[in-house]
Amino acid sequence: MLTVKSLSRPGLEPTSFELGTGECIALRGPSGAGKTLLLRALADLDPSDGEVLLDGTPRGRIPAPQWRRRVGYVPAEPGWWSERLGDHFQDWDSQAGPARRLKISPGVAERRVSQLSTGERQRLALLRALEHRPEVLLLDEPTGPLDEEATAAVEALLREKQSNGLALLWVTHDKRQAERVAHRRFWIDRGRLREALLDEAQAR
Amino acid sequence: MNYIQLDTWDLGLSALLLLGVAALSLVLQLKIEGKLLLAGLRCALQLALVGLVLTKLFELVSPLWTGLAALAMVLFAGREIMARQERGFRPLWAYGIGTSAMLMAAATVTVFALTTAVRPEPWYDPRYALPLLGMIMGNTMTGIALGLQRLTEGARQQRAGIEALLCLGATRRKALLPVTRQALTTALMPIINSLAATGLVSLPGMMTGQILAGVDPIDAVKYQLMIMFLIAGGTTLGAVTAVFVGLHRLTDARDRLRLDRLAGE
Repeated sequence: MLTVKSLSRPGLEPTSFELGTGECIALRGPSGAGKTLLLRALADLDPSDGEVLLDGTPRGRIPAPQWRRRVGYVPAEPGWWSERLGDHFQDWDSQAGPARRLKISPGVAERRVSQLSTGERQRLALLRALEHRPEVLLLDEPTGPLDEEATAAVEALLREKQSNGLALLWVTHDKRQAERVAHRRFWIDRGRLREALLDEAQAR
Repeated sequence: MNYIQLDTWDLGLSALLLLGVAALSLVLQLKIEGKLLLAGLRCALQLALVGLVLTKLFELVSPLWTGLAALAMVLFAGREIMARQERGFRPLWAYGIGTSAMLMAAATVTVFALTTAVRPEPWYDPRYALPLLGMIMGNTMTGIALGLQRLTEGARQQRAGIEALLCLGATRRKALLPVTRQALTTALMPIINSLAATGLVSLPGMMTGQILAGVDPIDAVKYQLMIMFLIAGGTTLGAVTAVFVGLHRLTDARDRLRLDRLAGE
């Protein structure tokens, strides 16, 4: 599905990997190692060198807005362009079900975005990205600010989307979460990406 | 026309006022006397020089020299726009965007006025062309400087929201529309305010000048109205051009927000 060939940018050494349909790759690494740089380069938010293909089509042949709808990205601190939550969704009413599943209190739509908690905003940003039905989703610590119950809810929802074909590149600091959710685990340090060592993989 | 001509003594008397407040500053230890006197001196020298240059230009009525004087004004104004950018576009870009937008707007509006409404003979008569250009450009310059500054500042402050829109598939134009609107509102605020307050709060300098020179107030008002409309048109044209060119410079063909192209990044 997503093919990455020698993708590089300042702070990221040439990186190649393949992410299959319905697959989840967990990405871990120390702060400042280049996790966010990699995700932003994949979402085409910053200039980068190398080749990225989606279902065999080179990125340059797909208009950037369309690329970002197909390859969604939810940053660790999602941005909001309006104080009204409904403005951020194509159809907020249809989000009631998924919002309930993510343990988001039903009253959020009446509050201003700046009054929502970090955890609420994080889950709402995930719903906002999913609403566009991406084929690949790049997640930067989607459960960072969440408690155990909400984390489990997010993982369950994403697992369901995965079974429908959604591919995930999931940045997490939590080793056990990486073991729970991912088929493969990557490690990045000082801009160099490598697949986690075999013995570490077997230990799971 | 009969008007009261000022001689050196009359000017000296009004300059005494400046000396008076400088003395006041000395007594009260406000330490503004130096700046005040220097600015007063600069003002006197610059205006005297302009007076000499204009006298010469008015005698010549040459398209070449009038054009050169206009060009010098545009280049000075471009420098002013560049100097007013704080952490905005890099100096050369600010100068390029500002000067070209201003040249386009001020030239269009001035030539339009000279060939339709005012119609002096010849149309480039510096007695009409240069004051018109000066008044239009002074305001257009402020509008462009404000618009560019607000655009870059807004893009920085609202980066997360803009990139969130881009991530959901918005084009660069759509993602930056709120910032574009803010930039143009800021750019046009002074001219909109002065259109609304003119006559009630302030009597415009040009109109006052004409009335002092003995022109019938109604005629002076007509001239002032035309100037105000020209200024509004020029400022809008210049600010819209500069903000849209700036918008392109702030983004790229892959619809990315390129804050790395700003100074201090």
